[in-house]
This record gives sequence, structure tokens and C-alpha cells, in this order.
Amino acid sequence: MLNVQDINVYYGAIHAIKDITFEVNDGEIVTLIGANGAGKSTTLQTISGLLHSKTGSISFLGKNIMGVPPHKVVSHGLAHVPEGRRVFLQMSVEENLEMGAYTRPKGEIAASLADVYERFPRLKERRRQVAGTLSGGEQQMLAMGRALMSKPRLLMLDEPSMGLAPILVEQIFDIIRELNAAGTTILLVEQNAQMALSIAHRGYVLETGKIVATGTGQQLLEDESVKKAYLGG
Amino acid sequence: MDFSSLLLGLLDNLIRGLSLGSVYAIIALGYTMVYGIAKMLNFAHGDVIMVGAYVCFFAISTYGLPPVIGILLSMVVCTALGIVIERLAYKPLRQAPSLAVLITAIGVSYFLQNAAQLLWTSSPKVFPSVVPKGNLTLFDGQLSISYLTIVTIVVCVIIMLVLTFFTNSTKMGKAMRACSEDKGAAQLMGIDVNATISITFAIGSALAAVAGVLLCSAYPSLTPTTGSMPGIKAFTAAVFGGIGSIPGALLGGLLLGIIEIFAGSYISTQLSNAIVFGVLIIVLLVKPAGLLGKKIREKV
Repeated sequence: MLNVQDINVYYGAIHAIKDITFEVNDGEIVTLIGANGAGKSTTLQTISGLLHSKTGSISFLGKNIMGVPPHKVVSHGLAHVPEGRRVFLQMSVEENLEMGAYTRPKGEIAASLADVYERFPRLKERRRQVAGTLSGGEQQMLAMGRALMSKPRLLMLDEPSMGLAPILVEQIFDIIRELNAAGTTILLVEQNAQMALSIAHRGYVLETGKIVATGTGQQLLEDESVKKAYLGG
Repeated sequence: MDFSSLLLGLLDNLIRGLSLGSVYAIIALGYTMVYGIAKMLNFAHGDVIMVGAYVCFFAISTYGLPPVIGILLSMVVCTALGIVIERLAYKPLRQAPSLAVLITAIGVSYFLQNAAQLLWTSSPKVFPSVVPKGNLTLFDGQLSISYLTIVTIVVCVIIMLVLTFFTNSTKMGKAMRACSEDKGAAQLMGIDVNATISITFAIGSALAAVAGVLLCSAYPSLTPTTGSMPGIKAFTAAVFGGIGSIPGALLGGLLLGIIEIFAGSYISTQLSNAIVFGVLIIVLLVKPAGLLGKKIREKV
């Protein structure tokens, strides 16, 4: 479904992503794990067009999406929930969701809105509230709901558990699993490797811009070097 | 002076202040909307007003067109001018430090003033009022309000209502608010940020044309530097109200106009500008974000 081939990304002189190649197949949950600064977020931002690779190719559903401007990537069926949620704090919950459906025809929005409210009842309760007044967990739900409003085939989530209480982390991961079961393919970037690997079909381990290990979620959970580096022994 | 004439004097000044303030508010909207979305101070905005006024002047005085056509023509030209300025001068600097953008804006301002001087000379043109001369008299002729004053205030109210509706209830307007908050996230939603910035410049410049025509109808001497002082005052009004905030621009503009007229009437005409800017300084000392500027605390 998503094929990333030999991409290289630089921040000025810093070589942030080095020859990364990976793929996500239809129906999977794939996770990219690694320490802070390993290049996980950079990879997602390159896929969605916010950053540019100097080499290689990125294709999605058989179409080349490298060099496509970010505002056009979403209509290919690829939604990106950025790190730090980045909801529009001064806009209402419902307006945030409407922005998520920006590229879709007006007639289809009401149905998607109903779907999102069904999945996230809290958002429905707070639909008229300004997003800045939501709690961190609610903002994460809003960021995910907003991405779902574009009816994505592939949902890219960047650190959805960041800064959330353990009980909320559980809840967010349950939702990710449900979304996947309902047919959305997931590319998940996480620092919480334990949680991410436990729900992922497959995973890639990033270290200073390179992929150093790959395998099924279970394999990586049991891998000695992964355990040592990312799972606290 | 008896009590009722004092009261009428106050009312007269208040209305004149509201009218001048309406013009400032319309200009300030352009500053504040552009700042909100592009995070830049478009110091050439005042000079777009001047261009708008010249276009209207030539349409009416030279070509004998009806005032309404003159205004529409001036809005069309200013809209195009705003888009062109943004495309040529500011867009290439999207990633540049804000100081570079600021200096460019000042450069564009001088460019427009000097271009106007070359094209139309620096000798003042007498601007024909677009509103029929005449007064509405009240209280047995003790209070008279010119039609222009009334039209100016009404136009300002209409613009505010339309803009409020636009930003709160239309898809484009909401996209504009989304861009002004977070351009990266807006792009991920599928919003074309460059197109949105262009549209913002277009709206601001069309409003500048309206302001230019109203301003020159009230103060009919039109020169290539006509726009600069009102431009700076409207910028002050935008900061006063809280830059980036549309209601703030309205409030700031109206207050500025009222303060200016009252200071001129009751204290000193020479000092009125000094008083206006003095009040700005005091407000910013007490409320650094302006009257309606708000800092939203971010919850984690």
C-alpha cells in the first residue's frame, strides 16, 4: 500500500534520514520505534510532503506521492496526525472536525461527523467547545477524529501516547486497534515501544536515521537488543 | 455654555469620532487579517489605500464614471495589487527571518509612493466626495451630521458583519482561521496555505480601497503620501485592539478615531496625534497583547 524506497532527508547539514526503505501493507498496523531524534517523525513528515527527500521514491496505492505538496497528499487517502496533536486550539471541536474533511464534498461530511462522534462520544459532548479547553487525551481523540474525517485508507499517527496518563494511553491504543479492525491501515510512530509493538503486526527499529531491525511485533518484543535498548531491559 | 449645548457638542464629536474610527477600523482589518495569517506587518497597506483613492479619483473626475463604478473599479485594482505585492515581494520570503519581510514591506511602501509620484505627480488632487453633500439635522438644527459620516459608519458595520460571517461560517473563512493558527496542521487537512494567504491579501486590499475612498471623501486632498499617516494610525489601532483579532481591529479603530477627535476638540489639534499614540503606549504597558488580544494557554 505504502512503499518508501531509499529516502534521504537533511536538515541543513544534518543527515536526519539515511536510506530508509520500508513498506506498509493493506490492513496492517506497522510501527516505527526508536529513541528521540532517530528520525521517526521526520519519516512521517516526508511521506506527507512537509519535508522533502533528496533521493528515492514514495508511492501510495501505486501512485507516486513524492514531491506532491502536503495539501494534496491527503486527498490520496493518507491522513497524518502530527506529533503534539496540533489541533486548532481557538476553533471549536466541530470546526476542527470540519477542517479534517476539507477536501471532501459537502454532502458527505455529515455522515463522517456522525461516525466520528459515535467513536468518540466525548467529542460530541464537547462539540461547541473551543479545542483549547479540552484535556490532553481529548485533544488526542480530536486530532485522530479530525484525521478520520478525510476517510483515510492509511492513518499515520505520530506519538499518540505522548504526555498522556497510562489509562488514557490504553484507551488510545484500544481505539487504534478498533480503527484497524474496521479496515484502516495504520502507520504508528511511538516512543512507547512496548505498547506499540504489542498491537503492531510489524515493526521497524530506527536508530540515528537508519533502520536497524525489523520483524513482526512479537519478534521485536522478544529481540534481545530491542529489549535492551527500548523496552527497559 | 449651557448643559444641552455641551451635550450636543459631545454627541457631535462622538459621531465624528466614530466615523473617523470606522475608516481606521476598515484599514486595521487589513493589517490584522494579514498579520493573523502571514505573521507579518504589511507596511505597504497604507499605500494601497492611496492607490485605491487615485483609481477612484480618475474614474470619477477624469472619465466621468458614476461613484459606485469608481469604488468598484478601485476595489478590483487594489485586490489585484494586493495579490501581486504578496506574490512578488512577500511569498519568496516565506521562510526568511521576519526582519527581512518587514524591511521588504517598507520598501514596497516607498515603491508605491514614488511610483504614484512619477505617474500622478505630487500636486494634490481634489477628491470628489462619493457621497452626496448634505446633512441630516436633528434637534431643531442644533446637531447636523453629514451624509458621508453616516455612510462611513454604516459601511464599517456592514463590512464587520460580512467579515464575521465569512470567518465564522464559511469553509474558506474557517480555513483562514486554521492557517492563522497552525499552517503545518492546516496543510495536513488539505488546505492550500499559499492560496489562503493570497485571498487574505485580496480581501485586505479590497477593504483598503473602500477605506481610501471614504477617507478622501472626508479629507479631499489626495497626494502620493495620503495613505501613510492613516496607515500608521490603523496599524496602531490594530495593535491597540490586539493584532490578529478582527473584533480587536474594530474596537481599536473606533477608539482611536474617538480619542483623536476628542483630543482635537477639547485639548489641542496639534497634540491630537501625540495623545493618540500616548494612549497606545499606556494601553500596551497595561495590556501588552492589546485590548482583545488573548494568549491561549496550552493544555498538555
